[in-house]
Amino acid sequence: MKALMFGWEFPPHILGGLGTASFGLTKGMAEQADMEITFVMPKPRGDEDKSFLRLLGACNTPVVWKDVHWDYVNQRIGKYMDAGEYFHLRDHLYADFSYLNVNDLGCIEFSGRYPDNLLEEINNYSIVAGVIARSYDFDVIHSHDWLTYPAGIHAKYATGKPLVVHVHATDFDRSRGKVNPQVYGIEKDGMDRADHIITVSNLTRNTVIEKYHQDPKKVTTIHNAVEPLNPEIEAVTSRKGTKDKVVTFLGRITMQKGPEYFVEAAAKVLQKSKNVRFVMAGNGDMMNQMIRLAAQRGISDHFHFTGFMKGKQVYEVLKSSDVYVMPSVSEPFGISPLEAMQCGVPTIISKQSGCAEILNNAVKTDYWDIEAMSDAMYSIITYPSMAEYLKEEGKREVDEIKWEYAGLKVRNIYNSVV
Amino acid sequence: MKTICFYFQIHQPFRLKRYRFFDIGSDHYYYDDFSNEDVIRRISDKSFLRANALLLDMIKEYNGKFKVAFSISGVALEQLEIYVPEAIDGFKELAKTGHVEFLAETYAHSLSSITDPDEFKMQVKKHSDKIELLFGQKPKVLRNTELIYSDEIGELVTQMGYKAMMTEGAKHVLGWKSPNYLYSSAVNPELTLLLRNSKFSDDVSFRFSNYDWSEYPLVADKFINWVNALSDEEQLVNIFLNYEVLGNLQPGETGIFEFFKALPKYAFEKNIGFSTPSEIVNKLKPVASVAVPYPCSWAGEEKDLSPWQGNILQKEALQKLYEIGERVRLCEDRRILQDWVYLQTSDHFHFMSTKTFPGPSTFSPYENAYDAFNNYMNVLSDFKTRVEAQFPSNIDNEELNSLLTTIRNQGIEIEILKSKLEKAETESGKETSVETPKGKVSAKKKSIELN
Repeated sequence: MKALMFGWEFPPHILGGLGTASFGLTKGMAEQADMEITFVMPKPRGDEDKSFLRLLGACNTPVVWKDVHWDYVNQRIGKYMDAGEYFHLRDHLYADFSYLNVNDLGCIEFSGRYPDNLLEEINNYSIVAGVIARSYDFDVIHSHDWLTYPAGIHAKYATGKPLVVHVHATDFDRSRGKVNPQVYGIEKDGMDRADHIITVSNLTRNTVIEKYHQDPKKVTTIHNAVEPLNPEIEAVTSRKGTKDKVVTFLGRITMQKGPEYFVEAAAKVLQKSKNVRFVMAGNGDMMNQMIRLAAQRGISDHFHFTGFMKGKQVYEVLKSSDVYVMPSVSEPFGISPLEAMQCGVPTIISKQSGCAEILNNAVKTDYWDIEAMSDAMYSIITYPSMAEYLKEEGKREVDEIKWEYAGLKVRNIYNSVV
Repeated sequence: MKTICFYFQIHQPFRLKRYRFFDIGSDHYYYDDFSNEDVIRRISDKSFLRANALLLDMIKEYNGKFKVAFSISGVALEQLEIYVPEAIDGFKELAKTGHVEFLAETYAHSLSSITDPDEFKMQVKKHSDKIELLFGQKPKVLRNTELIYSDEIGELVTQMGYKAMMTEGAKHVLGWKSPNYLYSSAVNPELTLLLRNSKFSDDVSFRFSNYDWSEYPLVADKFINWVNALSDEEQLVNIFLNYEVLGNLQPGETGIFEFFKALPKYAFEKNIGFSTPSEIVNKLKPVASVAVPYPCSWAGEEKDLSPWQGNILQKEALQKLYEIGERVRLCEDRRILQDWVYLQTSDHFHFMSTKTFPGPSTFSPYENAYDAFNNYMNVLSDFKTRVEAQFPSNIDNEELNSLLTTIRNQGIEIEILKSKLEKAETESGKETSVETPKGKVSAKKKSIELN
């Protein structure tokens, strides 16, 4: 079985959970002996792990014919892919795109992030997808998230191969209901034209069925999983300097993540117990508002903001924590609580997050229920037996949530559409 | 005869280093030594050293008829002592001439006058001691941080025995009145107030090198003519400046030093003299009283406290700092007491001002107000845990105070008894009965062992 996947992010340079999930899923599927995956992303940086798949960069794929020498190509993009691939792709140009702004190799430049001209970048990505789809032989097309749906659709119509779209999030999650019609249009178009839709949770599945009017038979939930911690991360130790308990919020400080409920719950806990500190790690457009809110509640001496955290820092924060809280208002899945549980941190999650569907050894509350949330925080920091139980059982549970299993489910779907 | 009163303010905070959440509990050093040294060194080179030399020359040249006053915060003095000792030497030389007055203020350049009266008194005392130690004169006139004044502060200052104080001639305080007279406090008539002439002071501080200003260029004879043009009854012009105006805020190449150098010559021609604040208080009589129910300062257009406590971040930080004041004052740990002073410096709160948001506030080393707030609160959190570690937190301050007093009294009593015992021993030693007390102790010990 050969799959052509379209993604937007791939570790180590990731901006959100999409990259982590793409990596985990492809790695899990690579365990299947006859699985061959070609993964396309807008802009590889050269340090990605390519041991289990073929990684293609849209920014290294020609859309305009240029007469260049092999040595030159190898020198320019040899770091990212085999120069031979370039010439193979160049043999499959399908239309004249010389009106586009292309570089010396006939490739379109991509930022690979979420720039202001995102829609233009998405469109360019689908132009490139046409070249790639015509160059390789495969059985199924798999598009990760709305940014790559147009590419998937293009590949489908160019080759007639079935399209599976993978919904990691919908615009309803990102905007708390204030949907951007253009984004919605792209999302709905992708779902309508897909042969099958994979969602990361039943929560998202319901959104897809109700808001995007999809046939329930076409929509299957495959929950995300989590990569086992590598030794380097296992070796990260706590940097906690205080004797106080630490309760952590980790993620983008945006409307979707419900940071204000965390601050309110913190204020309630601090009324009862002074030996606790709250940490809000990450940044986002609501950060300054949260700093003000903490000041307004008069808890700033126990409420700390760390700013943006990346790579190992994330695990330093987790390992220094006594409680991890994710009060997301709407979270399609949410991998970070699983990562916290891997580090042995008792976890509180909102019932409105997808991971709540599969986790049993985490405390679940409604995101708006600050009473229940503060109650749970207080219990975990006050009663050692509860913390110990959640720590042990949580770790045991999360160690059994493997991408390998998720990969098998995806394979079943491939088999059904091919 | 009209008189001009010059007073120069010098202050620099101990800026905080980047202090992360993870440093809480493990790192107890809060200061950015590099930038503190860099700033004070740079300002001294451009301004203080040259200005000191100039003022000394002027005082000598006019045989003491030219005089000035200084108000140097304790934290600035400390930084000068560490990084620019030659500036301190310069001030000492100026002090020796006998025509330079040093004013009292809060040691930390703090906002304690509006938040914590006890702390205010302690800090003024600490500062006054430091001035006396360095310059051999005891300050008689008080200048509060950023010229902050209210009737309440006036009351406090009177209680502490000061006869005069300086403040801003703010429009909302004076109304139609002129700042060019001596006033007294409405609540405490015995407290004399010297009001800053903001027009003349700002002409020199802010407008001196401004090409767009209609009066540019400002030269000494023009300036003196303005003073001379005031009505005959207006005897006093208070020009209160940041010392950095000489050479730093107004760089040397603008001609600011030459402007100052030429001032006395033209002044004496017009029969205008110079006086220190104390001389003025002795010479002139207050013409009326001013009431200031709400604190005013010399800052901005509003002349109020909004640059330091205008938003919720600043209020929160101030509140969290001063709520532990009483407990800190019970501590004896010298590093805690030192950090306590440094953390009170008003600049930390000024950096949290959102008046210029999204940009940082003036002179702020931070990206914006929120950044400043986060960093300060992390430091404060660590400081608080150190204070709490000194004594168990479940004892309240009053109880703790009485316990500490008892312990101290007992210590004193033990000392007295010891010395008495020694005296008795030496006396009895003469009478050869040394054995008895020792025998008694050993007997007691034995009985304890038996039990």
